[in-house]
Amino acid sequence: MEIVVCIKQVPDTTEITIDPVTNTLNRAGVPAIVNPFDAYALELAVQYKEKYANDATITVVSMGPPQAKAALKECLSVGAQDAYLVTDRAFGGSDTLATGYIISTTLKKICQLKGIDHFDLIFCGKQAIDGDTAQVGPQTAEYMDLPQVTYAVDMEECPTAGAVRVKKECEDGFRVIELPMPCIITVTKPKWEPRLATIKSKMAANKKVIAEITAADMEGLIDTNRCGLKGSPTKVRKTFVPQKKQGGLKIEGEAAADAAKKLVGLLADAKII
Amino acid sequence: MSSPFSQDLLISEEQKELVALIKDFAEKKVKPVVEQCDRDDTLPMEVYEEAMEMGLHMTVLPEEVGGMGLDHLTNCLIMEELAKVDAGFAVGCSANGLACEPIMIGGTKEQQKYFASVLSQKKFAAFCLTEADAGSDVAGGRTKAVFDAEKNEWVINGTKCFITNGGVASIYVVFAITEEGGNPYKSMSAFIVERDLPGVSVGKKEDKMGIRLSSTTEVIFEDVRVPADHLVGGEAMRGKGFKLAMMVLDSSRPTVGSMACGIAQRAIDECVEYANTRKTFGKPLSANQAIAFKLADMEMTTQVARQYCHYAAQVQDSGIKPYSKLSSIAKCFAGDNAVRVATEAIQIFGGYGYSKEYPIEKLLRDAKIYQIFEGTNEIQRIVIAGSLLKGY
Repeated sequence: MEIVVCIKQVPDTTEITIDPVTNTLNRAGVPAIVNPFDAYALELAVQYKEKYANDATITVVSMGPPQAKAALKECLSVGAQDAYLVTDRAFGGSDTLATGYIISTTLKKICQLKGIDHFDLIFCGKQAIDGDTAQVGPQTAEYMDLPQVTYAVDMEECPTAGAVRVKKECEDGFRVIELPMPCIITVTKPKWEPRLATIKSKMAANKKVIAEITAADMEGLIDTNRCGLKGSPTKVRKTFVPQKKQGGLKIEGEAAADAAKKLVGLLADAKII
Repeated sequence: MSSPFSQDLLISEEQKELVALIKDFAEKKVKPVVEQCDRDDTLPMEVYEEAMEMGLHMTVLPEEVGGMGLDHLTNCLIMEELAKVDAGFAVGCSANGLACEPIMIGGTKEQQKYFASVLSQKKFAAFCLTEADAGSDVAGGRTKAVFDAEKNEWVINGTKCFITNGGVASIYVVFAITEEGGNPYKSMSAFIVERDLPGVSVGKKEDKMGIRLSSTTEVIFEDVRVPADHLVGGEAMRGKGFKLAMMVLDSSRPTVGSMACGIAQRAIDECVEYANTRKTFGKPLSANQAIAFKLADMEMTTQVARQYCHYAAQVQDSGIKPYSKLSSIAKCFAGDNAVRVATEAIQIFGGYGYSKEYPIEKLLRDAKIYQIFEGTNEIQRIVIAGSLLKGY
């Protein structure tokens, strides 16, 4: 079985502050981490492999600048076997549409390189904590014309051959969905935490070579007009820090009729009614 | 907090990554249990299990026998990081390494493989040298091993005390007198002894001042029979146990010094944060030169202690011998420094430092042992002076 997990290197947003004057992020000195939802996705993939498909290979792939290799290395130390970085100046500034296109094309390219027909399971985090769009996973599925489940928290083998059973989070609880492979699964925060690397796995990961894939490597497969700024219809007009909402007013400790009178009084004073 | 993972700027990328890994583990897994385990004198066995999963109990064992194959410098770096969060937990992990050393230095290939195979099953090991009447006077040990030629077995009798991991180990390395009546320095040998052998029992558990997340107990041997092949290094090493023990301690002292640096660094980190936040007379504590100078002194001596431990470890890794003096200086200076820095930290925190509500008083309790175990700092001074005056 061939499994691939798409990951993104993101700034650790828990350590980011916002400059109150310029309204921009203070990025200096903020550590870069594997997007936490991607880490859950990788852990789910590794758990699936350990439970049901010991001979499976788990590949991780990331699109980003060369520094993103650090994030891929981290993935290699917690269960992934192969890693690819898709990197090219032509890909810079890609929005989610272009990113989904590049990722789906890269996956085809990796299959060529590995000499395999396709990936059976494709995992993504539900979203990256820097952009929070949750679009790249589903868009990749659309580009590849594959079935998808979003917001997965758990999965198991399915009695139906060639299918998997995925537990996904919904607003009102959970839903268990069976879908055929190949498919794409985006993962949200589960009950467990991803495993930590061991000293040995960390050192072994350090010795692995992470292959780079550029636009030129994908010649014939990729249309660069659909990549980067050129291929991105999304235009960022302005970024701003939303105003902090003021807490509402609670009228407490009074009989319903008195509370209603007080409320009408307040609304009238505020010239709302 | 001031420290970006490690205070040594010259370490490799790989070492930095390992330090970051240990820091992450220590912060996420060890830190949450420290206060309670220290107060209740209990061992966080689940966290130890996870540490073993990571390989923290077999860091310096060579890779070919299943260890992590780290050099001593890297071991210093990661043990400092662990000790920063809890020095007792670091001792509990590294004491396994201490138990491995006699086997790695003096044992046969088969013994090395066997010992490592036990540890790889996430089992603890313990180094049993000290006795009630033989602490600094190692050669004064009374534990005896007598050979029973008929059964081709050694019979061990005696009681070891202050044994780190004594209560949790599955396998012991026990030093015992094998050659009666001769030169006391040439009468000891080391044995591998499994915990589940008849006659092995755990005696009194020490209720310690500090490093309470580590197990320290008596270990008692009553007519314990081990096969002849459990004599460490075989017949060739018979009677050479004293020298072996000294070599083991030389080897582990730079790491012990680094753990002491972890305590000192923690004290500095806590003090810097406190001195910048706490306001007195309308200004932060750190604006007082009396406090700032204390911090400067703590920083100076801790940096020096750390670098010397790393230097001693690097000399050791490079194979230059002897390095006894260097490792004694490392352990002694770093141990004394930890006690002094932790004491100063309490002073900076004032009444809060003396209260158990803050993590500061524990640092002094943890630091004190670093002047006592692995050869008291008086013994280190004997080694250093001896090297200076007599050239050994």
